[in-house]
Amino acid sequence: MTGNPEKSAYSRPESLRDVPTHFCAGCGHGTVHRIIAEVIDDLGIRERTVGVAPVGCAVVAYDYFNFDVTEAAHGRPPAVATGIKRVRPDLVVFTYQGDGDLAAIGTAEIIHAANRGENITVIFVNNGIYGMTGGQMAPTTLVGQPTATCPGGRDFQLAGPPIKVCEMLAPLDGTDYIARGALDSPAHTRTLKGYIRQAFLNKLEGRRFSLVEALTACPTYWRMTPPASLARIREEIIPQFPLGVIKE
Amino acid sequence: MPRISINQSRCKGCGLCVEVCPKHLISVDRGMNKKGVYPSFCSRPEDCTGCLLCVTACPDVAITISED
Ligand SMILES: Cc1ncc(C[n+]2csc(CCOP(=O)(O)OP(=O)(O)O)c2C)c(N)n1
Ligand code: SF4
Ligand code: SF4
Repeated sequence: MTGNPEKSAYSRPESLRDVPTHFCAGCGHGTVHRIIAEVIDDLGIRERTVGVAPVGCAVVAYDYFNFDVTEAAHGRPPAVATGIKRVRPDLVVFTYQGDGDLAAIGTAEIIHAANRGENITVIFVNNGIYGMTGGQMAPTTLVGQPTATCPGGRDFQLAGPPIKVCEMLAPLDGTDYIARGALDSPAHTRTLKGYIRQAFLNKLEGRRFSLVEALTACPTYWRMTPPASLARIREEIIPQFPLGVIKE
Repeated sequence: MPRISINQSRCKGCGLCVEVCPKHLISVDRGMNKKGVYPSFCSRPEDCTGCLLCVTACPDVAITISED
């Protein structure tokens, strides 16, 4: 069965082009791309889905997804998605955003799109760092976590604690679905896929703003092997960013 | 019977599939490909049960499994 790892055979989903990606070995972006493609195949919506790519390591998502994808200025995918969805309400519109894109430069965009209850899906890929620009501290970096701009670890007094986007957006009346998953194990990866599926299904059912956060690894700038990065997600990140459906 | 196939040019040698295979069938110790990567191999494909855990872990869709 194509793109469906619940069965005992697996082939590449149609919604993912058969090309190599530029992502580093073990990078979570590849897995999140695959899951989105599987969900879009499963729901049969490839012909009427439009993605909006971020600035960050996922910037060339249009080269990887086999459906329409456009690119937005840094942090602006929710504004671009709002425009597309309002002009073409028949389309399923989603944004794909890193934590620098969504939770730093794009903070205003995401809050107001959520508060307006835009009928879009947001896939928020939180790797706790700016990957594309060389591993600087992000708003979601853990206290104590070393990065290029805080080599001694994030200092609570200087930079505050990591921002929890799901918990921040859930109280807004415009949001209908908020969930957080992780890629640290195959079981969690399958659960995350379920959340992403629900977030896309909501669009078909006319429900409003839906966001799924994925806790992923950037092995390169965490300066860890891919397996050690997944252990960090499990041991250090999940205890601070609890998994589950936060609002539905 | 499930038949596992690992694309030797797409694999980036991250080792995530090695970690999750419950039967320890996958390793990355058979030398380098043209890109300077040590891709993963399935040492005993006949023992693959088709559980798809490696497929779920692989960020590069380098693993496919067919039924025959
Ligand atoms: C207006 C603007 N400001 C800054 C940058 C530089 N820049 C490129 S990517 C990036 C951060 C990306 O981090 P994140 O969203 O976490 O994505 P990742 O690369 O980790 O996937 C920054 C600051 C830019 N391209 N445009
Ligand atoms: S720098 Fe980090 S986020 Fe970017 S592709 Fe490499 S591992 Fe992924
Ligand atoms: S998970 Fe994929 S890319 Fe990583 S070693 Fe295994 S086959 Fe290669």
